[in-house]
This record gives sequence, C-alpha cells and structure tokens, in this order.
Amino acid sequence: MQSIEQNNEQWSPRIVAFFCNWCTYTASDLAGVSRLRYAPSTRVIRVMCSGRIEPTFILEAFIKGADGVLIGGCHPGDCHYSEGNYKCLRRFHLLQRYIVEMGIEKERLRLEWISASEGKRLQEVVNEMTDTLRQLGPSKIKEVAETIVK
Amino acid sequence: MGKDKAKLKMAIYWGAACGGCCVSVLDIHETLFTVIEHADLVFWPIALDTKYSDVEEMPDQSIDITLFNGAVRNSENEHMARVLRQKSRLLIAYGSCAHMGGIPGLANFSNKEAIFRRVYEESESTVNPDKIRPLEEVMVAEGTLHLPHFYNDVMTLDQVVDVDYYLPGCPPQSERLVEVFLAVVNGTELPPKGSVVGASSLVQCDECKRKKSEKKDIKRFYRPWEVVDDGETCLNEQGILCLGPATRGGCGVRCVVGNAPCRGCYGPLDDISDFGGKMMSVIASMLEGKEEAEIEEAIETVVDPAGTFYRYSLPGSKLRRKQL
Ligand code: SF4
Ligand code: SF4
Repeated sequence: MQSIEQNNEQWSPRIVAFFCNWCTYTASDLAGVSRLRYAPSTRVIRVMCSGRIEPTFILEAFIKGADGVLIGGCHPGDCHYSEGNYKCLRRFHLLQRYIVEMGIEKERLRLEWISASEGKRLQEVVNEMTDTLRQLGPSKIKEVAETIVK
Repeated sequence: MGKDKAKLKMAIYWGAACGGCCVSVLDIHETLFTVIEHADLVFWPIALDTKYSDVEEMPDQSIDITLFNGAVRNSENEHMARVLRQKSRLLIAYGSCAHMGGIPGLANFSNKEAIFRRVYEESESTVNPDKIRPLEEVMVAEGTLHLPHFYNDVMTLDQVVDVDYYLPGCPPQSERLVEVFLAVVNGTELPPKGSVVGASSLVQCDECKRKKSEKKDIKRFYRPWEVVDDGETCLNEQGILCLGPATRGGCGVRCVVGNAPCRGCYGPLDDISDFGGKMMSVIASMLEGKEEAEIEEAIETVVDPAGTFYRYSLPGSKLRRKQL
C-alpha cells in the first residue's frame, strides 16, 4: 500500500501538446524567454496550424501513453490560414464526445486559443491542466488499448 | 486451368459471425460450379458436415485458401483460427468482422459480465429466477460436455493469427470474391501480403453519382428518418451522415444507390490508420458554423459518435474498446 502511495506522489502527468506555429508555439517561446516557470509536463509538437491536427494524432498520443493532450491554436479570426482553427474547434468537440463515450475523462483533452503574445496564459493553462490531470491520476488508455482480456 | 493441374483445396469458416458472409459465398449462384470445378471445398460448416477433428488431422499447409469470416470472441473461434492458420497457405480475413471486428465487435463497448447479466438475467424475455449461467463444463452420463470460453474482448482475426489478405465488406460483394478466387486459380501475381483485395483503392465518393459541391457547409445532421432525401444530392450535404468519404470503394456504392448512407463496412483506405478518427476529421471539417455555441450544437446532432464512426471497426481501432 505504501509503495503505491509513494508511486502516486512521484508520478507526474505527461501532456502531449500540439501547438500551432503562429500562435501558441510562439507563446511557449515567449514564456521561455520571459523565464516564466511552469510544470515540466508538456512534450510539445509544433504544427503549422491547429487545423492540421488529425483526431488520429490525438488518439495515437493517448495510446502511446499521454495522460492528456493539449491543443493550442490562434484565437478565432486570427488563423494564419484563415479557417484552420474553426476546423480544429469542430474536430475537438466531436472527438471529445467520442472519447467520453469510450470511458475517457473529457478533461484529458483540452483546447485553448493562446496568441503569440500570451506567454503568461500558456503558463497558466499548462499548470492548470497539469493539476487537473494530477487529480485524475495516470491514464489507463494505453493499458486498455494494449491488453486484450480473454 | 488444365485437367492435369490439381484442384485447389478451399475452406470457409465462421468465427463470431452472423452467417451473412457464408451466405454471400452461396450468393455467387452458378459461379459456385466454376468454383467447384477448380477447388475442392474441404471444410465449410454452413454447407458441409466436416468435423473439427478432420481439419485438425489435415497436413500443415494442405489447404490452399481459407476464407475466415467473423470476429474472434471465444476460445472456439480462436482455436479454429489457429488450426486453420496452420493448415492454410493463404488465410483471408473475409468480411468486416474478421477484418476489423465488425458488428460483433460493438460488444467492446461492454464486457463479458455486463453481457451475461443482460442476456441471462435482465433481458425482457428472460425467465431465469435461479440466475443460471452457462457452464463451460458439465458432466452427464455419457461424459463431460464442453462449451467454449466466452472472452471479455472481441478481437479481429489479425489480433490472433497472421493474416495474408483482407477481403472487406458486410458481407463482401460476391463478384469481388469471384475475382479474387479466379486470380488465385489463374496464378495471377498476388499483391503483397497484408493487402486488402477485392476492393478499390479509392473512396466510395469516387464511385458515387450523387451531386457534390466543393464547399459542404453542413449546418447540422439529421437521422435518416428526420428528413426526406432528394435522391440526387450528396447525403452529407443534406445532413444525412454518410461515411463514404473515408470508406474504401468496391461495393458499387450499394447503400447510397439504395438511398441509404454508407456506414463504412468496407473499412478505411490504406493510408488511414484509424477509420473513425479520419471520418470524424472529415465530418467536422464539412460543418459550416464558426461560433463555439453553434458548433457545439451542430456536433451534438451527431448521435453516438463512437457507435457511428466505429460501427464495423471498434476492435480494430486505436482505442480498441471502451474503458470500464
Ligand atoms: S461481416 Fe457482416 S455479413 Fe459477415 S459475418 Fe460479419 S456481420 Fe455477418
Ligand atoms: S458522402 Fe456519401 S452520398 Fe456523398 S458523395 Fe460520398 S458516398 Fe456519395
């Protein structure tokens, strides 16, 4: 029992973060150069547009062991390619409903619009999501996807 | 095929199946005579009285082609999958169930305990006050009787054994089966192992004759009974959810020709690694709304996304089953 508790204390969530090149990725850069401290939980994948993020990328991140997936894109109206973030928003809502049906907590998938100047917002979102995931505990998605129970 | 050439040996087996795939083989009508001319059917439970032990005694690799239909959901299905793999040169996953898990694969939204409780205790037509459930072993005067062990999860054929080819469909179109069979008979060079055969490499929409526009601008989705289809315009553009855009062609767009939306039984194209994921991507991109509330409302009209987008492919999908 004690060892489980210890493990839980040591465990920290892993977030796969898909950040759009034009906004959120630049914001994370800004957060870095501004020396804003935030939880070291994200593994950032830079994409040219949040509209490039296929639902399958997100599912893949989960089955490879992500505890949460964070999508960061430009505010509505600001997409570098005009409408990519709307596509992203629609996919996000559909995918979130799907994962809930699959028994996965909806908080494991989060979408935020963070512009290039919002380094502070990035810090807040990552910290918040890390806390939420810490409360939810480790994801079981990988294990469930890998183990077939006979 | 010359008379001197030995006949092929062919087997057809059903795992967790509805019987439709086996019937689709019978549906080739007179062509069955051509099949019989070229092949001896050595095992086919729906039509022949061959025992499992007869198959178990056959030499390894002695069956040229096995069409395995149905998913793997119990120990009997798994045992026969392994036996037939060992005995066959070519093992073909025949039909959606063997290919991706199919309709029986929807049981992965539940588990063994919940299914047994529903079936043997709670269903409206069940009268079982003692809550008796099937036993895997029971002793009678003549000896011990066995029932297969029911698994918690439904598996695709390739999650159990090595598969050479996939022939998709629910059931596969009989003409496609004949083509594949004749290719084997004529010794036509076969595609690389693991290929999908008897289907096209383009999506349903490519064959579909309905009018489609570049920009879809779909406002919301309707259940098919909520609207009257005009019979001409792309079903998705009318708000009737059609899975044609991610589904491999080859069936002749039969469902859409019959004014019903495509439900994806032919499975995804080669470069799609998760059928439902791709379909969700396509569907969401075709919506019109920009305001968050408007988008949420439109998305809500997609009833049961998991069951809709993975109707035939849950066990073969990335998440594979519901977390319970
Ligand atoms: S693929 Fe369709 S027809 Fe074939 S066994 Fe499965 S449900 Fe029946
Ligand atoms: S979505 Fe369906 S109805 Fe529309 S073109 Fe494709 S197959 Fe035809």
